[in-house]
Amino acid sequence: MSKTNDRGGARIKQQIIPIVIVAVLFGLSFLTRTGSALRPSYYVVLFVSILNYIVLAVSWNIFSGPSGYISLSTAAFFGLGIYVSALLGEKLPVPLLMIVAGVISFAIAAIIGVITLRLRGVYFTIFTFGLVLLLQYFILWYEVKFNNLRGRTVMAVPYNTVFICLLILAGIVLIAAYYVKRSRFGMALTGIGECEDAAAHIGVNTTMVKVIAFAATSFAIGASGAAKATTMIYIDPPIAFNVMMSFMPVLMVIFGGAGSFLGPIIGAIVFTLLQEQLTTKWPKWYMIIFGVVMIISIVFLPKGLVGSFGEMVGKRKKLLLIAATAVFMVVGFIFTKLLAAAGTNIGGLVFPLLFGIIGFVIFANVLKRGKEAA
Amino acid sequence: MTTVLNIIITGLIMGGIYALISMGLSLQYGVAKILNVSHGEFIMIAAMLTWVFVNRGIHPLLALVLCCPLTFIIGFLLHITIFRWLNINSGTAAAYESNAMLLCFGLYFIFSNIAMQIWGSNPVGYQFLNRSVAFAGTVTAINKIVVLIIAVAVSILFYLFLTYSRLGKSIRAASQDPVAAGMLGMNIKMIMAICFGIGAMLAGIAGTLISMYSQVDTGMGMGYTMIALIVVVLGGMGSIPGSMIGGLILGFVGSIFGYIEPSLSMVAYYLIILVLLLVKPKGLMGR
Repeated sequence: MSKTNDRGGARIKQQIIPIVIVAVLFGLSFLTRTGSALRPSYYVVLFVSILNYIVLAVSWNIFSGPSGYISLSTAAFFGLGIYVSALLGEKLPVPLLMIVAGVISFAIAAIIGVITLRLRGVYFTIFTFGLVLLLQYFILWYEVKFNNLRGRTVMAVPYNTVFICLLILAGIVLIAAYYVKRSRFGMALTGIGECEDAAAHIGVNTTMVKVIAFAATSFAIGASGAAKATTMIYIDPPIAFNVMMSFMPVLMVIFGGAGSFLGPIIGAIVFTLLQEQLTTKWPKWYMIIFGVVMIISIVFLPKGLVGSFGEMVGKRKKLLLIAATAVFMVVGFIFTKLLAAAGTNIGGLVFPLLFGIIGFVIFANVLKRGKEAA
Repeated sequence: MTTVLNIIITGLIMGGIYALISMGLSLQYGVAKILNVSHGEFIMIAAMLTWVFVNRGIHPLLALVLCCPLTFIIGFLLHITIFRWLNINSGTAAAYESNAMLLCFGLYFIFSNIAMQIWGSNPVGYQFLNRSVAFAGTVTAINKIVVLIIAVAVSILFYLFLTYSRLGKSIRAASQDPVAAGMLGMNIKMIMAICFGIGAMLAGIAGTLISMYSQVDTGMGMGYTMIALIVVVLGGMGSIPGSMIGGLILGFVGSIFGYIEPSLSMVAYYLIILVLLLVKPKGLMGR
């Protein structure tokens, strides 16, 4: 009896989360009313960045999270999307641009996947990273040699349109991520991550699964690039194929918790906010802080925020961890106010976020040690 | 004929440097299991330090001797601190391998940006043996010849060290089977830290040598990292002779493309890797 109830509960829960996603995204769409088409509000601009990174991080996590194949090719497909927008921006509306960019990314990712997904571990990572540089150098050479230009301008589109397009794309990606994780396909990916030979032995067509997952997530990445490009105005190969776009999703997912559903979303939000504020107020320190947070989260939070939170046994410890993080964030907030009073103005969220991360790292490790000792 | 000779000489010099860089990376991956993506940053640090030393009136060859222990210590300290913590915190060997690689990307951001804060991003250089010698119609600067001699000498010394010295034998044993080597009484953790240090030191030597014949800047690291990664994949991960051969091949390819279409050399390297990975995924000398 209770077993059937549980199954029923699980089934209801399975439907609730996608509905929540759609509701939240629908609610966000009202943000377009806060600004006009010509003067978008700050929140719309900010959410274009956040949604863009959510699409990248969640897509990366669908394939690389469970399978353990660390792909650094995000920037390659993102850049392809940008170039599709630059070339066809005047002829096609944004949704069609996204589909064209997605299809091209899908095709190229499928070809690359067939060739390279036989490679294991670090070979695959190096290869995908090289792909970004290859495309960057090749397109730069082609543009200079045959078209006699270095960069291109992209047809500008109102922010509100881009925002709605990205909102829909993010919705599709999130719901796909949620269902893939629970499907046979997702289990096959997890199996590949745990032991590829064993997965092949029990009848999983490992190459097929990997290529489909890699190509399908590249579709979303390319589409996201096409949408984001319309807000960039000017692009050239080093901007379009910026290697940071490969690392940001990886860091966001590892920081949030690889393989989990919420992790990449939290990571994307935290790091987009940090990036927005640091690049405007502390541009020189942005990359150094980025590197330090990356190292701290890899060394001390190997399972990410969500994973470390799940490791806490009992409600008391979980509450303690949340309370400690909140206290650290408040301290960071007070610190920002004190600095502002002293005359140094730093973005309002930098210190709360950094302090919160530090607090979480310290308490997560201390509480885990406590569990081991007991 | 002159062009061919020019290509050969340039290829030898580039190949010597590439071999030196890749041997360090190969050692770090083969023994310490760290794919050091911040390898190029050690090259950059040594090159910039050499420039600082030369500006203070120190001879470049003496700067080479000074940079060796410095880069070794940086690598050694990094390994006995963060990489050891990482090893404790990550569960399996495979998880450690991929986490260590991502950690090196973090190091890359930190090193390159701190260097840019200190030294700016303009290319810098100094004069060292700037005269040229003519040989069968080709003109080569003496500093490049000195660089080639040092690079070859260091490579051979390093190979002899690995083959005949007691520490070198321990390193090779640790790369073949760390557990068995540990059981035979070798301090595996220490050997791995020393290997990481030696890898950084080889990168440091290469950095000083590069600064002797060309201008250097704080953004040079990533390009050399990519070349080292390509060479190591080409020669086979963890194989020192493979790195030497791969470095020479890549040096010659780079030198040929330098005459045809310099901006396409990266594309050419990448296509070589593509073909090789399809034909022989473990590299030329891979086990």
